[in-house]
Amino acid sequence: MTASVIARLSEDVPHRTIILLGIVLAALLIAPWVVNDYLLTVLIVALYSAYTGQAWNIMMGFAGQLSLGNALYAGVGAYVAAFLFTKFGIGPWIGFLACAPAAAACGAIIGFLAFRFGVAGVYFAILTIAFAEFARIGFDHLAIVNASAGLFLPVQQYAHNDLWRLRGNPMMFYYVILVATVLAFILCRLLLRSRIGYFWLAIREDEQAARAAGIDTFRYKMYAVMISAAVTSFAGVFYAFFYNNLFPEQVFNIGRSIEMVLGPVIGGVGTLFGPILGAFVLNGLAETLNSAMSAAGLDLPGAKEVFYGLCLLLVILALPEGVWPPLARRLGIDKGMR
Amino acid sequence: MLRVENLDVFYGDAQALDAVSLDVEEGAIVAIVGANGAGKTSLIRAIAGMLNPARGRILYGTTDIAGWPSYRVCNLGIGQVAEGRQIFPTLSVAENLDMGALLPRARARREDNRKRVLALFPVLAERARQAAGTLSGGEQQMLAIGRCLMGAPELVMFDEPSLGLAPAVAHNVLGTIRDLNREGLTCLLVEQNVALSLKLAGRAYVLENGRITLSGSGAELLADDRVRSAYLGL
Repeated sequence: MTASVIARLSEDVPHRTIILLGIVLAALLIAPWVVNDYLLTVLIVALYSAYTGQAWNIMMGFAGQLSLGNALYAGVGAYVAAFLFTKFGIGPWIGFLACAPAAAACGAIIGFLAFRFGVAGVYFAILTIAFAEFARIGFDHLAIVNASAGLFLPVQQYAHNDLWRLRGNPMMFYYVILVATVLAFILCRLLLRSRIGYFWLAIREDEQAARAAGIDTFRYKMYAVMISAAVTSFAGVFYAFFYNNLFPEQVFNIGRSIEMVLGPVIGGVGTLFGPILGAFVLNGLAETLNSAMSAAGLDLPGAKEVFYGLCLLLVILALPEGVWPPLARRLGIDKGMR
Repeated sequence: MLRVENLDVFYGDAQALDAVSLDVEEGAIVAIVGANGAGKTSLIRAIAGMLNPARGRILYGTTDIAGWPSYRVCNLGIGQVAEGRQIFPTLSVAENLDMGALLPRARARREDNRKRVLALFPVLAERARQAAGTLSGGEQQMLAIGRCLMGAPELVMFDEPSLGLAPAVAHNVLGTIRDLNREGLTCLLVEQNVALSLKLAGRAYVLENGRITLSGSGAELLADDRVRSAYLGL
């Protein structure tokens, strides 16, 4: 079983690629021991963005369905996990077993409405925004989760890390999100190599042709949305336990959805490594800008958003495929890495 | 093998097909001739399950498949080579072919079908690793036909297979269709090259404004004055 999965993962992948991925992984494993607390937080945010970017990439990059409302799934995951934890003391891992189906169900509702009634392209994207907004407004008035006053997880000083209850120091959270990012990467690779991945690519390339070739496009688009939603929901669980507070205005905000899109777009939509690279490039540059501004004594609210916009503009103009595909070609590892 | 009875198809309020009936016998080449907008593509799309007919029956054998979703129709053995060579341009030639073999009915026979397709179109073997979008127009049409054959169809509907191809290449493509038919494939052919398709066809129908106005053997229609003046410019 394990051997066959490993064989499938490394099939057609040049040795050079495996070595480079190994180096990146080793660097990420060592990183928290050599950086300061502030940089550790930056790395956590970057990995969070890499994780959510990969989840978004399943829907858009693989199956060609543009979502601008993935904050919905993270928000649902965050609220379900936090609710179960604060009301019933149910830990995040068990909670995730409820979050993933809940988020997938939300995805299924949106997908069903859109794909059954021929809502496609930008109209589909608008529908995803609308549902995230429904959730934002709805949760803002949902008394059981304290409405707009927000939901707070109890914070105590912990003598040691409690991985089972996800209570502990940033180092533990770093490794949790790192493992999640690696697992998402492996999942994406396995999906792309499977029949479902082929069907998604066909749908992305030309949906009419995919239908003509006998692909049940409705079903496979539904799978894409539901898998993307379920994967994204874990990011919400992580968010809730890392930040310990949840506000509808914050977690369901369209800004969160856009942030999930930026990494893959900058790194390379539809590629496996692009979302990860894009997340690190974007967060790295944004933090550099931040520290440069504070060094210069500047305090400009909204500068980060303007900066994100500029990054996006530059990438679309100069590297329409994203940063990763040309880089992969330069490194000679573009084969077998779709 | 395939019998269409009184088929009505609408796009919103506009009627694309009006009581269309036709018969495709097993082992035949049946041609459909008509001007642009006559409803030829609508007919193929309705049979393929990509358009829902408002009325009428589409019998495949004894099964009424009107309104079935396209993936079920494909899996019955009705393939289509759609207009405009709908290949997947950024996927490789080999991946495009694999895509055709993912139908449940064809999975077990994938390797046999691949050998057959590559023997039919050796150029696809040479270009197996190349992105399909980089092929020439004729090669793309071969790939579209090859992908369809990977699904082990019994009946293939060809929608304008020679469209946009150089005359010699178009001739080759139609020759391939004739060869496939000789090996036992039933073909429904929509083709702008009316003279050629009527020569190939055992039976042919003329479609005008969504109605069948004339039918007969290919030779009869070739000799018909109305067909000669309207479609052959004679």
